[in-house]
Amino acid sequence: MTLLTTELPKPEPHRAVLLWRRFARNRAALLGLVIFVVVLIMAATAGLIEPTDPLRRAGVPLTKPFVDWATPLGTDQLGRDILASLFYGARISLLVGVLATLLSIGIGVVIGAVSGYFGGWIDDVLMRTTEAFQTIPNFVLLLALVAILGSSIEYITVAIAIVSWTAPARMVRAEFMSLRGREFVDAARNLGVSNTAIIFREILPNALPPIVVYASVIMALSILLESALAFLGLGDPNHASWGNMIGQGRAVLRSDWYCAAIPGTAIILTVLSFSLLGEGLNDALNPRQKK
Amino acid sequence: MNGNTPVLEIKGLRIALPKGADRPYALDGLDLTVNPGEIVCLVGESGSGKSLTAGAIMRLLPEPHVHVADGAIRFEGEDLLALSEARMKAIRGDRIAQIFQEPMTALNPQKSVGWQLDEVLRLHTELGKSDRKARVIEMLERVKIPDPASAYNAYPHQISGGQRQRVMIAMALSLSPRLIIADEPTTALDVTTQLEILRLIRELQEQDGAGVLFITHDFGVVAEIADKVAVLCKGELVEQGPAQQILNRPQHSYTQALIAAIPALTPPAPRDFTGAPVVLEAKGLVKTFAARGGMFSGKRKAVKAVSDLSFVLRRGETLGVVGESGSGKTTVSRIVTRLLESDTGSVTVEGTDLLACSPRELRRMRQYIQMVFQDPMASLNPRKRVEALIAQGPIVHGVDPKEARERARKLLELVELSPAAASRFPHEFSGGQRQRIGIARALAMEPRVIVADEPVSALDVSVQAQVLKLLGDLRDRLDLSLLFVTHDLRVAAQLCDRLIVMQKGEIVETGVTAEIFADPQHPYTRKLLDSIPGRGWTPPVIRPDAA
Repeated sequence: MTLLTTELPKPEPHRAVLLWRRFARNRAALLGLVIFVVVLIMAATAGLIEPTDPLRRAGVPLTKPFVDWATPLGTDQLGRDILASLFYGARISLLVGVLATLLSIGIGVVIGAVSGYFGGWIDDVLMRTTEAFQTIPNFVLLLALVAILGSSIEYITVAIAIVSWTAPARMVRAEFMSLRGREFVDAARNLGVSNTAIIFREILPNALPPIVVYASVIMALSILLESALAFLGLGDPNHASWGNMIGQGRAVLRSDWYCAAIPGTAIILTVLSFSLLGEGLNDALNPRQKK
Repeated sequence: MNGNTPVLEIKGLRIALPKGADRPYALDGLDLTVNPGEIVCLVGESGSGKSLTAGAIMRLLPEPHVHVADGAIRFEGEDLLALSEARMKAIRGDRIAQIFQEPMTALNPQKSVGWQLDEVLRLHTELGKSDRKARVIEMLERVKIPDPASAYNAYPHQISGGQRQRVMIAMALSLSPRLIIADEPTTALDVTTQLEILRLIRELQEQDGAGVLFITHDFGVVAEIADKVAVLCKGELVEQGPAQQILNRPQHSYTQALIAAIPALTPPAPRDFTGAPVVLEAKGLVKTFAARGGMFSGKRKAVKAVSDLSFVLRRGETLGVVGESGSGKTTVSRIVTRLLESDTGSVTVEGTDLLACSPRELRRMRQYIQMVFQDPMASLNPRKRVEALIAQGPIVHGVDPKEARERARKLLELVELSPAAASRFPHEFSGGQRQRIGIARALAMEPRVIVADEPVSALDVSVQAQVLKLLGDLRDRLDLSLLFVTHDLRVAAQLCDRLIVMQKGEIVETGVTAEIFADPQHPYTRKLLDSIPGRGWTPPVIRPDAA
């Protein structure tokens, strides 16, 4: 029997393969992925299947669904094709969701990382600022920002990012505070690695998994916030968005409920898909958290 | 052997592991007998299944993933595996008691010591309140806790590690159990405390005549306490017999290899370094940790971790810093590498005072002094491939990335790892292999000095010996100087030319290792040397044909 311990164990399968295996073990996450892909396809093919402007009049106003095959899901009170709006709306909702999430996570990571890594007065200043944002209710702040900036789709995206960066910032800070005391950080310092490189190349990759999972939550919230704004009539009127559709469908809710119900269902399914995806990502990225 | 029924009799015990584990059975066919008044040591390296044995006896396995598949466990003739849960509950703590490795986590931090000892009596006896208190105080006296009355009211964090383990022992013994299972009870303790605890267990067990199943990885401890020894290797019982026989005439090749791996207590022959140039000089280092007081607790005293420490390290030399926990030895390693700021003093490397460097100069100076950390898992970034880990330092210091990666592969060979390791992540390696990677990372910078902070403490003995040998070889081949921090005098004896013995932040003795071992001057050094477990036992020289 040999006790020499320099022989290597069998190589592990590639990381992506492992992640996929753990993700696929969660059935609900797979369902989320399927819905997400459908929404993606809708957004990508918006111009192809319905090669028309969604804001153009397509038929008799308030045609019920499945009556006229030129407008399979019917038309709203201005005669606009609901199916076309749904496809183009997917594009806008995803765009707002993705961009707002990237922005807010970006701000959150930088502030949280600096705050958690350096500590001391830097931490105090940054965290008090974060708290100042957190004390104002999200939606009220969003309304105020949109009122000031105006309601074009770019500003709405920025405003959503501004109201939702605080939670990721706190999360990143907590991760950094626990990771900065680990020996591998000392080891990197001992090699002469600069602070910036330690923050972004050493610690951040280790802090990412919970952030990625949380990004799915922010994504769902951004879509909801955008819809809520549009519902109140503060959305960008130049784009077909699901929120705009519900906002306009509200007027005819009692007679022609489908005008609001169809985009409403789309929002519910999309948000659901994100939260299921998030759960699956959590299983894949933090396998040790369960059990 | 006497005619009594054995306290514990294990026959053909087999514990199944969940699917996907490295082997189907954690334990495969274990036979073991513990007689009254006998201490049986179950020895094995990590992953040998020794702790699961304790779990199976107490019926505390993490079922259903890990469960007993076969065999019998008889306690005083009664089959434990067939008992009802209610009956088992009555036996646990009452007739079978367990002492755990880490008393801090085994004790409830929210309850006072007295309350926790009292609870055992409340659950298992009919005694009244004042009787119980008297009994608890008596137990605390038996385990020789100074001032039992005040210990009764103390919380676990208010007493020292050794005293916490005494409390655990008092708890285990308070109902005079027939069987005591001690799972690495002294591993978390300092050597001097370890010896006291071992003596205490031995003494109390002789008084009560209980059987003890003592689980350990340390043959020194075995030599200190065992009547009988059973050696486990990957779940299989490879050898069993009286302590004297196993220790001095081991039959199985695995036991022989384990015993051969134990560092001998003979220091290397003194080498002369008076002519060698000084590579590192530390002068007047002081470090005080300001203790933060709570809102109501008022100011606490600042703790002096290191006071006025000076030493020189010459080229090719290994200087050992030894001491118990709290002696300040780790603080020394962190100050010298400036991972921690010193209050005063200087550390001169290459003619520059490291402690006076600006951040930019310091980053440049770091290539001369590198560090090997205690926990190889924690000190390697889990998200980086081995190649990137080793090449990182040189790249930071301006070496072309392609060349640095090539050198990383060569370094892997130097630390006896296959070049295939380069593209793997740290978690794919064993502890010893990870420490080799850590050493390769330090070497990549081509340093003058390597500071090693307990580099082998987290490793099994057999792996320890290999890593120590590697460090020694590399030191001689590359003409390195080592500052070697350790609590383990056996390890220090292997490698160190000179020793600094520290106690409470101060140097109490310094000198050539062989001289200190032969003739310690300071009483504390003497006490440390006397406390090395198994110092009276010289491991037999075994012909290396088996391993």
